[in-house]
Amino acid sequence: MEKKELRIICPNGHLGFAPTKEESFWIGAATKPDYYCCDSGSDDIGPVPLGQDISTSHHEWQKHDLELMLIAAREQGVPMIIGSSGDTGSNSRVDMYIEFIRQLAKKHNLPPFKLAYFYSEVDKSYIIDKMDNGIVVEGLDGRNPLNMEDLEKTARIVAVAGVHPFIKALELGADVIIGGRSSDAAIFAAPAIYHGFPEDQAYYLGKVLECASFCAEPYAAKESVIGTITQDDVKVTAMSPYQRCTIASVAGHAMYERTNPYFEFFAGGMLDMTDCVYEQYDDKTTRVTGSKFVPIKGSIMVKLEGSGKVGERFIGIAGIRDPYTIKHIDKVIQWSRDQVKERFGETGYEVYYKIFGKNGVMGDLEPIKETKSHELCIIVEGIAQTVEAAEEITMIATRQIFYARLPEVKGTAGTAAFVIDEVLKATPAYIWTMDHIIPVDDPMELFEVKTIEIGN
Amino acid sequence: MKTVKLVDLAKTIRSKNAGTDKITFDIIFREKENYELVKSSKAITIETMAKLYGIPVERICDFVEYDPANAIKFTIYRTKPSGSPGEGDIFGCQQYPPLLDIEIPINEKEGEYE
Repeated sequence: MEKKELRIICPNGHLGFAPTKEESFWIGAATKPDYYCCDSGSDDIGPVPLGQDISTSHHEWQKHDLELMLIAAREQGVPMIIGSSGDTGSNSRVDMYIEFIRQLAKKHNLPPFKLAYFYSEVDKSYIIDKMDNGIVVEGLDGRNPLNMEDLEKTARIVAVAGVHPFIKALELGADVIIGGRSSDAAIFAAPAIYHGFPEDQAYYLGKVLECASFCAEPYAAKESVIGTITQDDVKVTAMSPYQRCTIASVAGHAMYERTNPYFEFFAGGMLDMTDCVYEQYDDKTTRVTGSKFVPIKGSIMVKLEGSGKVGERFIGIAGIRDPYTIKHIDKVIQWSRDQVKERFGETGYEVYYKIFGKNGVMGDLEPIKETKSHELCIIVEGIAQTVEAAEEITMIATRQIFYARLPEVKGTAGTAAFVIDEVLKATPAYIWTMDHIIPVDDPMELFEVKTIEIGN
Repeated sequence: MKTVKLVDLAKTIRSKNAGTDKITFDIIFREKENYELVKSSKAITIETMAKLYGIPVERICDFVEYDPANAIKFTIYRTKPSGSPGEGDIFGCQQYPPLLDIEIPINEKEGEYE
């Protein structure tokens, strides 16, 4: 257990989302790190994958990245840790990653090893029981406390694990850990804490490593970085030949994807980066001291993410080149809306028009109000309770852009150009119904760790 | 007064989801001088950002001048969670371009901004 320092490699900020770059991975692996750790999920990808229980990453890329880590870690005989398996960390994604590991072990004829895993999904009855006992499930970021209505709308819920199940898995002697939904930083903090390094440094180590090469410059994704923790500092080193971890890149990364650059919350406490000191340690390495972990007083709060289905969904695409039509695009959209309304009434469906060339990307946040493009692309999104209705609504809305009646249009054969004269079935529409925290007496009550033997 | 665009002063100007309900904006400078210049110009404040994006000031939930990274950072609430029906930018990563053209007044006598 007694180590003066612990070195952890992170090959990818979101395993499988785009393939890991191999050169920097193997440069890092050649230095024989103590752990291979990677996060594989995020709530960034929207509510659809969690609700629908699918991955948004390509399975071949997930396998590719798992294969690199598994081969290197098993050859060295050191642990490999994955959190938020398969983009969402749902139970089916954990099972899928275990199966991938099994296939890869067979393919490479690896000697037997111990795999630990835990699920993160939370049953609604667990939450209802808590609420019945007067426990308030507080909302994050201005959301109201959870009520029964939100819960009923929710299709699937995952709890976001902290370090606890990962530490448990290491105590059980795991060689490979496949985790459900987890805090990104916990995946790296857990082995550091397990080996006796202070939480002050361990959580910072996790924080800085979780996005791999995003903490290095020049900007590049999917390149490996190595973090080194000692009793009093964290050092982070870029592995790719063209990247460096600089004071600017590492300090800048602390504020990535979060509201406040000084504080980050986990199940069990808060990382305080207010007094962090950054030093250029060598050409590719930045050293950080002064981070603090403040344990929570009272019950540990675990974050819950929930996704609920809105309806079936289709997408239609229409192009417009006629300048008169472009100038009157709002009337065209109104015409199309009215045609949908004529057939389907006012309610029971949703239809959205994204006008690219006008404000398709930014919507109401777009400060440029005048459309200067000589052509527009309209993406129609139609949502209804059945596949048939969603298809028909989207079809009407898209095709009526073609038939829009404008008094002075010259091109009376059709006011839209179609790439294809059909609408495309999309994944159903979902919405984030839950972004809440629940108090627990024991953080392990949501995450049961199990082990299995893999290999011959 | 002479001005220079923010895009010519900052190293990084970006936007990104911060959780499911917010989008956060980062403006990062390589040189401390440029950071201080923009900070003291008061061209980027809660009020000016609300005006630029056409939103009430209440939608801006955080505004931080982060000295360790020479960075200015602010965060807005989304009107619907990311990826909801009608979404135009699931990751929130293409909401920064209006920041590029912000005009920052510079002192002509010193004229040092690079």
